[in-house]
Amino acid sequence: MATAARTATRLDTAEHELRRAFLAEVEGIPGGRRISRCLQCGTCTGSCPVSYAMDLSPRELIARFRAGDVRSILASRTIWLCASCYACTVRCPAGIKVTDIVYALKRMALARGVRPARYPTFAVAESFVHQVETHGRNNEPRFMLGFFRRAGFRRALGVAPMALRLLLKGRIGLKASRIRAVADLRKIMRRAARMEVRVEHDLAGGTAPVGYGVVGARPPRPMPAAAARVPR
Amino acid sequence: MRYTYFPGCSLESTSRGYDRSLRAVFRLLGHELEELEDWNCCGSTAYMSVAETMALAVCARNLALAERQGEGRPLIAPCSACYSVLSKTDRFLREQPELKARVDEALAEARLAYHGTVTIRHPLDVLVNDVGLEAIAARATRSLAGLKVAPYYGCQIVRPERGFDDREAPVALDRLLGRLGATVVDYPMKVRCCGGMLMTTADAVGLELCYELLRCAAAAGAEVVATTCPLCHINLEAYQGAINRRFGAKLRLPVAFFTQLVGLALGAGEEELGLDRLLVPFAPALAEAAHV
Ligand code: SF4
Ligand code: SF4
Repeated sequence: MATAARTATRLDTAEHELRRAFLAEVEGIPGGRRISRCLQCGTCTGSCPVSYAMDLSPRELIARFRAGDVRSILASRTIWLCASCYACTVRCPAGIKVTDIVYALKRMALARGVRPARYPTFAVAESFVHQVETHGRNNEPRFMLGFFRRAGFRRALGVAPMALRLLLKGRIGLKASRIRAVADLRKIMRRAARMEVRVEHDLAGGTAPVGYGVVGARPPRPMPAAAARVPR
Repeated sequence: MRYTYFPGCSLESTSRGYDRSLRAVFRLLGHELEELEDWNCCGSTAYMSVAETMALAVCARNLALAERQGEGRPLIAPCSACYSVLSKTDRFLREQPELKARVDEALAEARLAYHGTVTIRHPLDVLVNDVGLEAIAARATRSLAGLKVAPYYGCQIVRPERGFDDREAPVALDRLLGRLGATVVDYPMKVRCCGGMLMTTADAVGLELCYELLRCAAAAGAEVVATTCPLCHINLEAYQGAINRRFGAKLRLPVAFFTQLVGLALGAGEEELGLDRLLVPFAPALAEAAHV
């Protein structure tokens, strides 16, 4: 690690906040607390079709969290390479929701402005959200245009011939189908967005800065919105 | 029986053939699909990566609409991503009262409510377990005999929860196609991931995953791959040119929606099933079904 996120007993402030945010995310996953039972057996990594291309294996994600190093997870390419195939989740002998945990890590990274040019998941997410907010549905060609605008049009070169063939086969059209109640949908989304702030644990009161000890150590306590915001 | 139908965005464009063939199959079997009125995009996996409450709320709107329109009828979702995300929303809302409360509040903005009574079903499940293999075979006018098919399930209809089939070695599609006369080839990658959106964000990885899959199916003797999901379909079918260029391969393996194959057996025409829209042509010569 380039920067030591912790000393033997203390996490630095940023890492402390990341850990707090991560644990809050874990609380939101049904069965999320089972993360404390990880055996480090590597079944997840062995089952993962993409682990060969990752820098941190799925097993190592959990090891890094345990070691008090969420920061390096958010900087890894692993979270962007996960295809959400759930192979790890169904095989984990400890019942850990590995895929949902990776989703949580993606959310944390996106929320903190991590936008790796090589793995533009952010561009997929932003373009998709824009489609749904505008039309209530996802028009695939418009989605792809929005994606290329954010991720770079260089990426369009490779798919242009294929897109043309799909067009000729009548499988793509630019006319967006739009729902009638798009205003209602926006209201739902706006309201949901305001409630996104999570119930978080208070980790300050003498809980171990590393390991799993804090998960479920005390009942969740709501936090004021301002305190829950985590610095980058 | 009548089912509420959630087509999902892909079935309106790139996977129009899935929509057409699904409607044809249900009609030919004497079942009704009633489209969910004013359904919105399920949010797919993209929303889950951005904001959890919002992802659930966007989906919950569809569930609330289905509950109101469907009066206890199951909701059919043919796209694996829609199926998985709608099911996940339903499950999360049942298991996490705190999330449910937040989603209820959001839905109330549009004077909607969801009470958790909708069952989300994949059409493969409905065809095999509700309609039944025998009832389908009884209506077949053509046999798939001689056709070597690689059934491809992908990820999200069999995982993560134990749904209508085994998570490691599902058989529903094998049984359905086999009952209609097809030779179902045995290959070890029928639940292996196609890479999903990686084809867009990390194409080197996406192309490799699909190459491995197609190569494995072809080596097992498959003449066609049967898919259950629009994203799997486009990855495996439309990117074959890119795969061949990258790996110096000569793959030309048709990829069809499983409903297109079932539709053929039920006597539907190629156009009616959207088979004319495939990029890798697939037009098998089929014999008439010999009924006993
Ligand atoms: S399979 Fe489960 S227990 Fe084993 S290393 Fe992965 S997460 Fe930990
Ligand atoms: S869900 Fe993600 S981490 Fe798990 S096996 Fe699939 S690609 Fe790998």
